[in-house]
Amino acid sequence: MSWFLFTILAVLTLGGGLGVVLTRNVVHAALLLLVSLMAVAGIYLILLAEFLALVQVLIYGGAIIIVLLFAIMLTRSDEYPRIGDNRQWPLAAVAALALLGVLSAAFWIRSPQDTQIQSPAFADLGNSLFTRWAIPFEVASLVLLVALIGAIIIAQSKGEER
Amino acid sequence: MVPLVYFQLLSAGLFAIGMYGVLARRSAVLIIMSIELMLNAVNINLIAAASHLEGVGRFAGFDGQIIAIFVITVAAAEVGLGLAIILRIYRNRGTVNVDEIHLMKW
Repeated sequence: MSWFLFTILAVLTLGGGLGVVLTRNVVHAALLLLVSLMAVAGIYLILLAEFLALVQVLIYGGAIIIVLLFAIMLTRSDEYPRIGDNRQWPLAAVAALALLGVLSAAFWIRSPQDTQIQSPAFADLGNSLFTRWAIPFEVASLVLLVALIGAIIIAQSKGEER
Repeated sequence: MVPLVYFQLLSAGLFAIGMYGVLARRSAVLIIMSIELMLNAVNINLIAAASHLEGVGRFAGFDGQIIAIFVITVAAAEVGLGLAIILRIYRNRGTVNVDEIHLMKW
């Protein structure tokens, strides 16, 4: 059963990803990215990481895709179909395939066998986040705050009233 | 039960796809989408390792899942800031084609 689900979700993930990098329509690319990211949320469920699956759907499905679509609409122009891939794309394909080969070989040779999937309790995850990882957590919230303030300041028009 | 190695192969495939997108695409928005794919590949790897290797050796406390939360946070910040910069460039130069944005290129 988990093999069946894993195969479907892996095909959706990789197919959506390939669609994102191959399609010529930017809006289709954003929607295919959504397919890929939701399939990744399913992969997290197979790995019994329910909290991460929830976060994935909320942050990626709910926020990041919407922001990306907003950006696409705001920068919409007739030039989008014209912006294809650059001339180095065969080189890029070779580099990507080489990376895939090296990573696959490394994983295939050295991956541990006979491991069981285990799931953390929500409470343990929260405890760990606010005790052992408290300082990185605070730094992450600061990073988010600074990035969003920076985004507002950068995106605002010059002549606008404050 | 799916062994760890298949999750790692999936993550390697997704990362390679994302890298192809970053190298081959010319539209800045599509490059950001490809970066999202790469970050998700990393997250799959982290969470698969956390779930499979809990209690093996020094792996404990599902640290991989917590690091994945930080990766998602940074990805959100990156998308917000990156898209703001793209909007700014589009307003100033009327294009999002990264090959035409070469003012500071030597």
